[in-house]
Formats: sequence, structure tokens, C-alpha cells
Amino acid sequence: MVDKHLSTQFDSELGAVSSRVMEMGGVVESQIRTAVHALTQFNEEAADQVMLTEKRVNLLEVDIDRELSSIIARRQPTARDLRLLIAISKTTANLERAGDEANKIARMVKSIIGSGAARNLPASELHIAADLASGLLRKALDAFARLDVSAAVAILKEDNQIDREFDGFLRKLITYMMEDPRTISSSLDLLFVAKAIERIGDHAKNIAEFIIYVVKGADVRHSSMEDIESVIR
Amino acid sequence: MEAQTAAPAVNSKISVKDLSFYYGKFRALKAINLDIPENKVTAFIGPSGCGKSTLLRTFNRMYELYPEQRAEGEILLDGKDLLTSTQDVALLRARIGMVFQKPTPFPMSIYDNIAFGVRLFENLGPTDMDDRVEWALRQAALWGEVRDKLAQSGAGLSGGQQQRLCIARCIAIKPEVLLLDEPCSALDPISTGRIEELIAELKKDYTVVIVTHNMQQAARVSDYTAYMYLGDLVEVGPTERVFFKPQRRETEDYITGRFG
Repeated sequence: MVDKHLSTQFDSELGAVSSRVMEMGGVVESQIRTAVHALTQFNEEAADQVMLTEKRVNLLEVDIDRELSSIIARRQPTARDLRLLIAISKTTANLERAGDEANKIARMVKSIIGSGAARNLPASELHIAADLASGLLRKALDAFARLDVSAAVAILKEDNQIDREFDGFLRKLITYMMEDPRTISSSLDLLFVAKAIERIGDHAKNIAEFIIYVVKGADVRHSSMEDIESVIR
Repeated sequence: MEAQTAAPAVNSKISVKDLSFYYGKFRALKAINLDIPENKVTAFIGPSGCGKSTLLRTFNRMYELYPEQRAEGEILLDGKDLLTSTQDVALLRARIGMVFQKPTPFPMSIYDNIAFGVRLFENLGPTDMDDRVEWALRQAALWGEVRDKLAQSGAGLSGGQQQRLCIARCIAIKPEVLLLDEPCSALDPISTGRIEELIAELKKDYTVVIVTHNMQQAARVSDYTAYMYLGDLVEVGPTERVFFKPQRRETEDYITGRFG
């Protein structure tokens, strides 16, 4: 991930845990893509597949945490190494939660399909937000692999776009519910889906913040974009 | 290298100004500027030969035992230059005590190990001397282990106890500054832990400067850390900052083990 230590063993341990994070990221990403597919096509099989993958994500999280504890216990990392390990731990937690959100989407899709109201809902309009969110997570993982601060900042800005999409969708959903109260129950399911998508964007944003933490040593959570930009300058 | 101040908000006990040090023609310290804050622990870290022990030894002019060694610049102790020739070296070393890498108990009883130095500077009656010995051993967290065998030889103690005896001997003459030159490098982890506990206690009354090869030790015991390399002071700052987010790449490479 970064230049070499005197101890090649330490390097290979860091390399191994980093690639586990990327592996976990890949699994969560595909989980989200499958969930979006399940949503836009109302495909129950795809929804089931998402739910089956959850176990694998959970196992990866536990595995990575164990590797991190072992490195911390044996190497007493400092400075950038310490920040990297903390960031990996936080990133893993965010990935696991993003996976949970994909799972939630799959559950809601199954519930909507079960209600038979699928055709009457504006589900496909979530497509843009869903693509934005899964794309954002992919970018966050790419940026994490390269510890790319400017890519991280771009992700923080893009997350606002997802939030705006969410607000727009919410207004639309309210109109649906007012026009046809019979869709309220399924509309609420869809609202949870929209919320889950928005949360995935938030997790991508959190991961991007940890990239800045690793490279710049500054904790930019809960900071304004202005402050963040002054940190990375 | 520009002047570096460890702690502008804290009083400086020792101020090093433009200090260079020579072993014959070899310049081992290159114009060092550094403040040692009062009642704090300052650690010097760096690879072998970086000058950290040399710098420590200038503070009580230990180098004067060797004719070909000399220092240039100023070292202010409470504002007065201790390098000037009018400074009484014995008095200086009473104010700035030193503990070495290997325990160096005198070949005499535990009691006399402590009393020996005190007798050079003070004329205490037997009761006062007993009190002083007990006080010093208590300060060094050794009293409980040796109170029943004060007449026995100091050489009979374990390595960790011997090192605490040396610290007690140092403290007995009530110095202002304690210089510790790798005090734990010959000790096992338990004894090391005891000495580290002791260092945390001692800083309430003394200014402590410690040289250590063990970076984790510096991280554990010190308030300020100075990283030295090839006779230069590369970086000095609050220990937490130096170990979490050092400001210079060279420091980062060293403390993360990328140095080589």
C-alpha cells in the first residue's frame, strides 16, 4: 500500500489486510448492484441472492478485525501505519453497514413484490440515485486503494448529489401516496429503499473521509467542505 | 536547522542554543537548538550514532573527562550558560544528575551508595542521613524491597533494583534535572515497567531527559520527543503528535520502521 518497512513481514501483513478490505468492498459492491437490479426489475431471485451474500460480508468483517488486532498487538504501529489501521477498521465497519443496506433493499423489494403493488410504484426513478450510490462506493474503494486525497474530496462533494436525489424522490412518493392511498404501504417500503440508498452514499462518504485521515492525519468528520479543503491544501 | 521549541507555553529548564559538539575533528552535533521544559519528560530518539547520548552528556559536561572532546554554543540552565569555564562542574553534576545504561552501584552497602554523594555536599547528622537515605529510596520505589538489608552490598541486588538504586543515589542529593541514558536497556520488562512508573512519578519534582533506543518506551513515558539524525535535531514536539502525525518525513520513516 505504501513504501517499504524494514520488516518485510510487516509490509506483507499490511498488504494482506488491505487486499481483504478490497475483497470485502468488491463483495458489498456487487451486493448493492444486485439489490438495485432486484429493485428496478422487481426480480425476487436477485433479492434472494443479495440476502445470501450477507453472511460472507459478515465473515469478512470479523476476519479483517482479527487481522487488525493481531497487527496492532505485534507491531505497535505508529503515525501513518497507525492511522491506516484505524481507517481500515472504520472502513470495514462502513462496508458492512452498506451491505446491510443492500440487504434491506432486497427485503423491501420482496415485500413490495409480495404486495402485488410493484407496477404502480415509481421504483425505476430510484435508478439514478442507486447508480450514484453504488458508483460512489466503488470510487471510495478505488481512492482508498490508492490513498488518493483529491478523489476522496470529489466523493464528499458527490454525496450531496445523492442527498438531493433522495429529497426529490421523497416529494414524488408523497404525491403518489396522496393520489392513491392504496399504495401507501408499498410506498413506505420504497421510502425505506430510498433511505437505504442514501445511507450507502453516506458510507462511501465516510470511507472517503478516512482516506484524508490516513494521508493528512486530520479528522475531517463533521467538518465543512471549506475546512476540509484547507486541511488538504 | 532553525530553532525548535518543544513547548513554548511551558518554562524551559534547559535551553540549548546553537550547540555543536566535536569528538576531535568529528562534528557529532550540528548547531542544535532545543528547549527542555521544566517538570516534564523529554525523550531523545534516533538511530545509533545520531548524537542523542552526546547531547545528553553535554548537559552535565560529562564529556570533559576526555580531553579531545569539546562543545561550542550555549546550554542555559535556568538562563545561565553551564558551558562557561567558571561553572563548578561538581556542583553542576549535583544539580543535573545522570543514570547510565548499565547499573553502576558503588562497591559498598546499599545505605552507603546513597549516603556517599550526600556527604560530599551536605553535613548531615546520623538521623538526618537515615531520613535522607529512606526518602531517596522511597522516591526511587525501592525502599520496600531493601529496608531490611541496607547494610548489604548494592551489587547483590537484581539489575532492575540496582538501576533504581542508582536513581535513588542521584535523587539523594536533590538535583533539579535527571538525565537517563538508556536506563532500561539492560533490564527485563517487569523492571522496565517499574522504572517507567518511577519516571512518571519523578517528573512531578524533577525535569527528566531520557535517551532511549526503545521508541515505544519514549512514546509511553515522555511528554516531548526529539528525533535526531546524524547530529541534527530533525523534529521535536509533543510526544503524541510525534508518534501520531510527525511533521517531517524523516521522523515518520524512523518511527514507523521505514528507516534504512
